[in-house]
Amino acid sequence: MTSAIELVNVSKVYRRYSGRHFSTLKSALLQRSILRDLRPSETFPALSGVTFTVPKGSTYGVIGRNGSGKSTALKLVAGITKPTSGQVHVDGRISALIELGAGFHPEISGRENVFINGIMLGLTKREIHERFDEIVDFAELREFIDAPVKTYSSGMYMRLGFAVAIHVNPDVLLVDEVLAVGDEGFTHKCLDKFAEFRRRGKTILLVTHSLNLVERFCDEALWLDEGHAMTHGDPKRVVGAYLTKVSEGEEVLLASTSAKAVEEATRASASEDGGDAPPAEHPVDPTSNMFEATEGRWGSREVEIVDVLLLDASGQPAHVFHSGDAMAVRLKVRASKPTDDFVFGIGLFNAEGVCCYGTNTLLEDMSPQHLEDEAEVTFAIDALDLVEGTYKVDVAVHKQDGYQYDYHRLLYTFRVKSRVRDVGIYRPRHRWAFSPTVRFRSQ
Amino acid sequence: MLSNLANLFRYRGLIQSLVARELKARYRGSALGFLWSFINPLLFLLIYTFVFAVVLPALHSKELEPFALFMFAGILPWTWFSSALSESAGSLISGGNLIKKVLFPAEILPLVSVLANMIHFFLGLPILIGFLVYYQRWPDAWDLLWFPVTVVVQLVFTAALALILAALTVHFRDIRDILANVLTLWFFSTPILYWIKEAPGFSKAVLDVNPMTHVVVSYQEILFFRGPIGHWKWLLATGAMSALLFLAGFWLFDRLRDSFAESV
Repeated sequence: MTSAIELVNVSKVYRRYSGRHFSTLKSALLQRSILRDLRPSETFPALSGVTFTVPKGSTYGVIGRNGSGKSTALKLVAGITKPTSGQVHVDGRISALIELGAGFHPEISGRENVFINGIMLGLTKREIHERFDEIVDFAELREFIDAPVKTYSSGMYMRLGFAVAIHVNPDVLLVDEVLAVGDEGFTHKCLDKFAEFRRRGKTILLVTHSLNLVERFCDEALWLDEGHAMTHGDPKRVVGAYLTKVSEGEEVLLASTSAKAVEEATRASASEDGGDAPPAEHPVDPTSNMFEATEGRWGSREVEIVDVLLLDASGQPAHVFHSGDAMAVRLKVRASKPTDDFVFGIGLFNAEGVCCYGTNTLLEDMSPQHLEDEAEVTFAIDALDLVEGTYKVDVAVHKQDGYQYDYHRLLYTFRVKSRVRDVGIYRPRHRWAFSPTVRFRSQ
Repeated sequence: MLSNLANLFRYRGLIQSLVARELKARYRGSALGFLWSFINPLLFLLIYTFVFAVVLPALHSKELEPFALFMFAGILPWTWFSSALSESAGSLISGGNLIKKVLFPAEILPLVSVLANMIHFFLGLPILIGFLVYYQRWPDAWDLLWFPVTVVVQLVFTAALALILAALTVHFRDIRDILANVLTLWFFSTPILYWIKEAPGFSKAVLDVNPMTHVVVSYQEILFFRGPIGHWKWLLATGAMSALLFLAGFWLFDRLRDSFAESV
């Protein structure tokens, strides 16, 4: 199979030119150093040694975080920028859906803009004439085609831009995250158009954040991270590798968020107490102030929670869980003197501050008997049946009458991931059953 | 560079439609529309006629009567020259979206500014013809053959400067502000409001260095003065110089081309 796009060891270094003002223009002229002054003062590598091949007729997805070089790669393929080193080969006519309607002039009509935009994209006048009706119908703009483009809504503008670009009838179509334009119906139409392109054996290079789209649509995928090609090949595998990396990154981020929250709350409560001031009156029931979801820490510290760990099924500290996984909250507590009056409590809150679950040892009829020195308390959840989202944890130890030893309010954060986009708070264990007259496509 | 120059020819359809768009867009929404192409130079001329023919009639010699016609022969091409330069200087920046997002030959943008203003120049010519008819001054038929030559020389010279200015303005934005002042100075250093023959000896040398002098004087000799054109050698020399300048300008533009998409 021949390749439609081939990048060989391509690097792109963006240059940042320092701000130049009149004085430097003058000196540039005086010292005849215009060309020398135009050399970059700072460089930024957007792509480093990227090699990939897109076979003819295939659909190729490029994924990666923001700023990972995806769009730069696309621009290099489109020929808008030149690689700093390495080679870019493209076989066939390209149309780039990078910025839709980039060449539109606001003052003139949609009709005239279609012609000029088409010519810019490499069509001849005659070709545009032939396709004009198709373009206008695709954009659903028949009634407005003679109005100046400045009167268009942004959706109309994008639709027209998309319609022109897609009717260039390219051999290679470059798509940069443009499916976000327009409403649901239009998005479907675009996808249909892409599918038609595929059927006709055209090559599509797709840059997107929609992993779903890559898995469903692409024959191959490439994952870029900070300008390096991490892996490429089967889309499912590439997306999987990418997701693992993303959750690792999230893990680090959440861990540091929690650590910072604890540190700040501890410092705040220390300066607040400033001695033997009585512990502030705070409601015992974490649900009663759920609308006031501010982080904090308070209490007398006669019994102190010195450490809180969120553990995954294997007992390792974690901050990212999948819906249905096992999770445990482990408290390390230290009692400055032995006591027989203590209650351990825990609360889970979602991002809106809604209490998803709250309980304590007293509510579950455990009568305290003795606590001294260091101790470990583990609250184990067999299956974390929550929907996707970010959650915060309250942990507390207090007396049976509500006197607070140590209350950590919303200091610990964890994230639940789910491949199902269900909604709500709680995901009951469930299954669907259908009579034989109901059938679904197997996928 | 040569292949890029050849590309210019390939893009003629695009240039053509962009120039047409420029002209259409400029007067879209104004009540008088295309008439402004006539009215603008006419108003300009009225002001100068008032100053130099009514307030200060003694400043010019009898040979330059009718003075309005003499001035118009110079003001019309000058307007083309100066508006083309001021527009093309900012053309890459205002067309930044195209350069950054579409595979688009950047040199087209300044050239479109030059060509759109050339069309305005052509649209102003009927007024000049009106003046010629009114004053019953018929230019020599042979002289008129030089008219297209003069236009081409001016076109090449203006295009050369437009390329250079456009490329440099991307990096030195101050050029746009300096340019307005330079153009005013340049206007008075070009024999438009006065006759080159009447310029004192020392200033004649300065005027001769100015390429626009030879362009404007050629227009004056073709359209205003009777008798065979005496300035053609200067004109051809200016043309040759402009062609070289165009190549140099294109070379500079080509050198800086890759920096445009990142700097505009």
